[in-house]
Amino acid sequence: MTTLPIDHPIDELSDDPRQRAPLVLNHDDFGSVTADILRCNEARRPPLAWKIAFVISFLLMSVLGILVGYLIVTGVGVWGNNNPAMWGFPIVNFVFWVGIGHAGTLISAILFLFRQKWRTSINRFAEAMTIFAVICAGLFPGIHVGRIWLAYWLFPIPNQMDMWPQFRSPLLWDVFAVGTYFTVSLLFWYVGMIPDLATMRDRATTKIKAIAYGFFALGWRGSMRHWHRYERAYLLLAALATPLVLSVHSVVSFDFAVSQLPGWHTTIFPPYFVAGAIFSGFAMVLSLAIPARELWGLKDFITMRHIENMCKIVLLTGSMVGYAYGMEFFMAWYSGEVYESFAFINRAFGQYAWAYWIMVSCNVICPQLFWFKAIRRNVWVIFIITLFVNLGMWFERFVITVTSLANDFLPSSWGWFEPTWVDVMTFVGSFGLFMTLFLLFIRYLPILAVAEIKAVMPEADPHGHHDDDAETHA
Amino acid sequence: MSASTPETTTRPQAADTSAATAVSDRGTALWGLAAQFDTPAAIYAAAKKVRDAGYRWFDCHVPFPVHGLDVAMGVQYTILPVLVFFGGLTGMCLAIFLQVFTNSIQVDLWAIVPVIGYQFEVSGKPLISAPAFVPVMFEVTVLLSALTAVGGMLFLNKLPCLYHPVLKSPKMKRITDDRFVLVIEARDPKFVRSATQDLLESLGPERIVELEP
Repeated sequence: MTTLPIDHPIDELSDDPRQRAPLVLNHDDFGSVTADILRCNEARRPPLAWKIAFVISFLLMSVLGILVGYLIVTGVGVWGNNNPAMWGFPIVNFVFWVGIGHAGTLISAILFLFRQKWRTSINRFAEAMTIFAVICAGLFPGIHVGRIWLAYWLFPIPNQMDMWPQFRSPLLWDVFAVGTYFTVSLLFWYVGMIPDLATMRDRATTKIKAIAYGFFALGWRGSMRHWHRYERAYLLLAALATPLVLSVHSVVSFDFAVSQLPGWHTTIFPPYFVAGAIFSGFAMVLSLAIPARELWGLKDFITMRHIENMCKIVLLTGSMVGYAYGMEFFMAWYSGEVYESFAFINRAFGQYAWAYWIMVSCNVICPQLFWFKAIRRNVWVIFIITLFVNLGMWFERFVITVTSLANDFLPSSWGWFEPTWVDVMTFVGSFGLFMTLFLLFIRYLPILAVAEIKAVMPEADPHGHHDDDAETHA
Repeated sequence: MSASTPETTTRPQAADTSAATAVSDRGTALWGLAAQFDTPAAIYAAAKKVRDAGYRWFDCHVPFPVHGLDVAMGVQYTILPVLVFFGGLTGMCLAIFLQVFTNSIQVDLWAIVPVIGYQFEVSGKPLISAPAFVPVMFEVTVLLSALTAVGGMLFLNKLPCLYHPVLKSPKMKRITDDRFVLVIEARDPKFVRSATQDLLESLGPERIVELEP
């Protein structure tokens, strides 16, 4: 491999607009990129930290399994859901996990259409995170229906009762939105992975690995005639997934906004939910990327520049969420609607005020720290802030769902929601499911998009290595 | 890159591969000749020359899509976007039919089992509530478009592919890692063992490999 001269000092954090920050550090040939990214996949044994994390996650996942079984044989009475707070934890958790599942497709699709090349080193595991988060999300409404053996009623399947679902209901739109989102995200993830699976197949050291990766690589041989159609398909998927990712959380917000409850019945919900989803999704990507790059030795690929860019997106979307919180209050007051005004005063100062202020401090105040460059470049601080953001976003869904249900119109129908231990442990267990899937992914599948990373290296340009400046003046 | 680059070509009918023209040095049947390069620039230049020499049954195996290489090779622009459009259109029609049939009209159909449409009146809304049907129309459109994009790509690429001479050769393992390989198939009408090898040698490859079928 020819080594090309580097004519300027490498500084991936440079803000000088005249030079592009390098996306890959300390690598100037393709072979070492492949070897370094796949090193941990190809190692005979995973690191000790991986094993410990896997055992803990697996135990938590088992807790989830046991509690879902307990729920099915006993009934939804094991939860704290009551009348009037009929939605409770399952729907809070559903919205929380679907929200987290938004960053992956945002990174893969929207940043792809905007030609943001820095996405290449984070898109693969962000997409994986999306899929696992949507699996966790799908679980909750599934078990929330109570008699889960009748969950097929959600789908328009011809049946002996001549009964059809009701297509004017946002709850049914949700089934289609989340189902489509899961399918398209899975396709996007898998199609992106085919060339890398072929790489793993060709580098496999054992017969079993070669067959397993070979099966999923579909006989990919890097033919440029194939790449041509592949790139078209990928672009089309990105173009399709972009409106899709915006539609999914909009449809989730319709579950609330289309109803008549004060605090829910508002037109700000779709954009506000989408901003919140991207916010929580990026926070989760950061919470996973920071330990993963440390553990897997991927600092040359997920550079501080990538981390800093993601912090900026968290700052932007966090500010949008903060603006939405303020605007909700303003509209509640400006509308002159008694119930709407009460709903918001009650959120901030009523029986769930503690949840409201946790939400505000985690989601509005915390990310504002990212205005400071020193904080955007300190992984420990970033990691802690993103954990707070995830906590805050869970509380946002809790505040929206529970306060409006518990205190609606007539004080005679008010109530109080309190989770049971089953509620709490089911939620904790869903993290076990998520982390188990994620840990299996980083061990057995290419964690970064190897082929895409090679394609954004300066050495990949068939017309020689030169700056963008030189290209435009040539 | 435009859809109607004048130089794009369709492949001619492959010549009848007779053993006389395609024999390897070892005397076995020859599927093609592969020239291995180590930079994208080298394979880009090589692909242009091979194409200008009149070859049509050749391909480049690269670890990542080399920008502009498909144009240099004269690859015909794919029909995939058209397929995806019709996939999406089918999805939208299907969603309209599904919702109108199940919620708005009372007709009987026979689809493996007898199914009966239902006039589902909810809170005084019109039977065909167009705005309420939009989200599902959108989702099913996207779903079928995406399935067509992936399915169409795999179909046009003839994947999954269980066997291929390029994958058979142990010398070709690095095409998914860091090497760029140009393969001219023996079935190309212009393929002549010696002349083709000379052409490939002139492109300055790292090495030339014979591929068995």
